[in-house]
Amino acid sequence: MTASDKTLIRGARVLGGEPQDVLLAEGTIQEVGRGVQAPGAQVVEAEGAVLLPGLVDLHTHLREPGREDSETVLTGTRAAARGGYTAVHAMANTFPVADTAGVVEQVWRLGKEYGYCDVRPVGAVTVGLEGKQLAELGAMHESAAGVRVFSDDGKCVDDAVIMRRALEYVKAFDGVVAQHAQEPRLTEGAQMNEGVVSAELGLAGWPAVAEESIIARDVLLAAHVGSRVHICHLSTAGSVELVRWAKSKGWNVTAEVTPHHLLLTDELVRSYDPVYKVNPPLRTEADVMALREALADGTIDCVATDHAPHPHEDKDCEWGAAAMGMVGLETALSVVQHTMVDTGLLDWSQVADRMAHRPAEIGRLAGHGRPVAPGEPANLVLLDPAYRGQVDPAGFASRSGNTPYKGRELPGRVSHTWLRGRATVVDGNLQ
Amino acid sequence: MKRHLISAADLTRDDAVLILDTAEEMARIADRPIKKLPTLRGRTIVNLFFEDSTRTRISFEAAAKRLSADVINFSAKGSSVSKGESLKDTALTLEAMGADAVVIRHGDSGAPHRLATSGWIGGSVVNAGDGTHEHPTQALLDAFTLRRRLVGQEGADLAGKRVTVVGDILHSRVARSDVRLLSTLGAHVTLVAPPTLVPYGVESWPCEVSYDLDAVLDTSDAVMMLRVQRERMNAAFFPTEREYARRYGLDGERMARMPEHAVVMHPGPMNRGMEITAQVADSPRCTAVEQVTNGVSIRMAVMYLLLGGSSPSGPSPSTTQEPGMQHRAGSSEENN
Ligand SMILES: [Zn+2]
Repeated sequence: MTASDKTLIRGARVLGGEPQDVLLAEGTIQEVGRGVQAPGAQVVEAEGAVLLPGLVDLHTHLREPGREDSETVLTGTRAAARGGYTAVHAMANTFPVADTAGVVEQVWRLGKEYGYCDVRPVGAVTVGLEGKQLAELGAMHESAAGVRVFSDDGKCVDDAVIMRRALEYVKAFDGVVAQHAQEPRLTEGAQMNEGVVSAELGLAGWPAVAEESIIARDVLLAAHVGSRVHICHLSTAGSVELVRWAKSKGWNVTAEVTPHHLLLTDELVRSYDPVYKVNPPLRTEADVMALREALADGTIDCVATDHAPHPHEDKDCEWGAAAMGMVGLETALSVVQHTMVDTGLLDWSQVADRMAHRPAEIGRLAGHGRPVAPGEPANLVLLDPAYRGQVDPAGFASRSGNTPYKGRELPGRVSHTWLRGRATVVDGNLQ
Repeated sequence: MKRHLISAADLTRDDAVLILDTAEEMARIADRPIKKLPTLRGRTIVNLFFEDSTRTRISFEAAAKRLSADVINFSAKGSSVSKGESLKDTALTLEAMGADAVVIRHGDSGAPHRLATSGWIGGSVVNAGDGTHEHPTQALLDAFTLRRRLVGQEGADLAGKRVTVVGDILHSRVARSDVRLLSTLGAHVTLVAPPTLVPYGVESWPCEVSYDLDAVLDTSDAVMMLRVQRERMNAAFFPTEREYARRYGLDGERMARMPEHAVVMHPGPMNRGMEITAQVADSPRCTAVEQVTNGVSIRMAVMYLLLGGSSPSGPSPSTTQEPGMQHRAGSSEENN
């Protein structure tokens, strides 16, 4: 199928509302309404299914270049498409680090070539993620990749002066610094959330204050220099309070939460199964509830996967030797449905806001997270919310299977994804 | 009892009392001219040590040999951290060698749990100390020593006894196992340490916490001193050795304030001048050497019960020739 073909999506609940027909042609949405006639169009019967704008991920580890054993731009964007994503922001902690125009252009070009999902590279804030010297942020912005989001993710920009300068510097091209908030001294050797469970298990603790102290500093810095700052993978109730406070001041602060922090707690670590090892770590039930509430009331702007593939051997070992991270692209929408929609905290139009509109806006990404309306780019996802099924990593498009949901029943299934009118997923199968 | 001994929490009160009583039987055998039992003849026990601990390894080795088991010492120091041979590959090797039990010492908390639950091996796993998690046989030998000194009666537990554990609780696997086991046996445990060396999250533990050693001395039936590494002061856990010793060390003056029947315990190796003075360490009230002896009896009892006899009402080792052989078919079925 080519972009010039017509597709008629019949009877879909647009943003979860009343059933409507949606006609796609030439990469854009042509018509939205009832009884749309389109002779010769490919028809997708979508009764009962929900149609949303294609999802946008602000936080994806595609691993290429350097760790192609765990993921590549190809396998990662195929996984993204299967999860309903039409754009992902590829994190900079690759080998070599995405700290030059050359590396970000390479990643961007690969994404464009494969065509499953738009790839927006994130540029490193500092050279080699070392936290010492600013990377050429302007050059990465001016490159074909057009970088707007900068992050040393995996590491915290812990030097207050470097952070201040980065926040100031990217104002020149409306960039944003996305902070992995982790005070390094407070988390040396940290293995899991510091609390009742870590005390029993004898695993070195990653205290909430190590996240919160950096967030507190950075929102103050952003306010001081009049910049915007984005907080990656917020994980504690205290972090929520800080972001709420910063927003109440009118400061330009945005934040994301991962699907796993909306569902899982540190009680799971009692198994010592490294599939639950992630950074920031799984927190407590009280934190999970605070994060859900904050995503519902808009304190947290968006959901970001922090999709972090690792090869089997890096998880098939003892806890201390295991890598941190979980894959998430192919389960994100199901986890959000389970934790936020089925609980009544969000409706589908709000899911579109938290998973498409807001992340595109924060990343200043044109053509994504747009309304489902005539004239808009045909970046769309169709999902069946009534579906129930067990997660089976053997069926993932991702090269890695380090999912914490293996064997767990989750609701919802992506049936179709369209990238500028071209179907990347049909009936759950990659095209 | 379960098939593995990973945590003191794996043991019920009755399990623990059974182990202590079995250890008494084992201790009686040690007093005989011929110290060996044929119980585990033909069985293979591997001592898998990823960390150096000659004391613990020798104790397990002596215990296994007194039960006539074949012992293989496998030292794999540092391999998990350096990403040399992984725990999994080592485990698969041991499985191929037909290990009936693996005694594992590892620097990572949870490594024995992983070994026991990952499906890599079929034999029993005995935790000989993992990271800052647990060291259950140490807790058992502590309980054994306490029962001998304070109760003196087989079949009994430690109901109502007050045990004070002093020192680096945060980094201590001994403390975690002691708190769990001694409370299971009915003792009241109080942890004493500077607040920096008490784990965040300790409130869920079945014990009390005090920052003041002097306040609890006169109500303690036993005071257990934990080794405190001098390097901890470099990470600001306490200002100086001198200040630590002054506030939390046990000297003759403090020992004199303990009740007359109360004992001083130490899992060793002792840091004389740091947590304990030479005067206390060498006094008859200090059970450190006795604990080492008791360690062999306890480890014999644990291996006997895991690999050989299993039922509390079953035959005792002093009256049965080869209880291990009788149970072997059953346990190997379970292994598949
Ligand atoms: Zn991160």
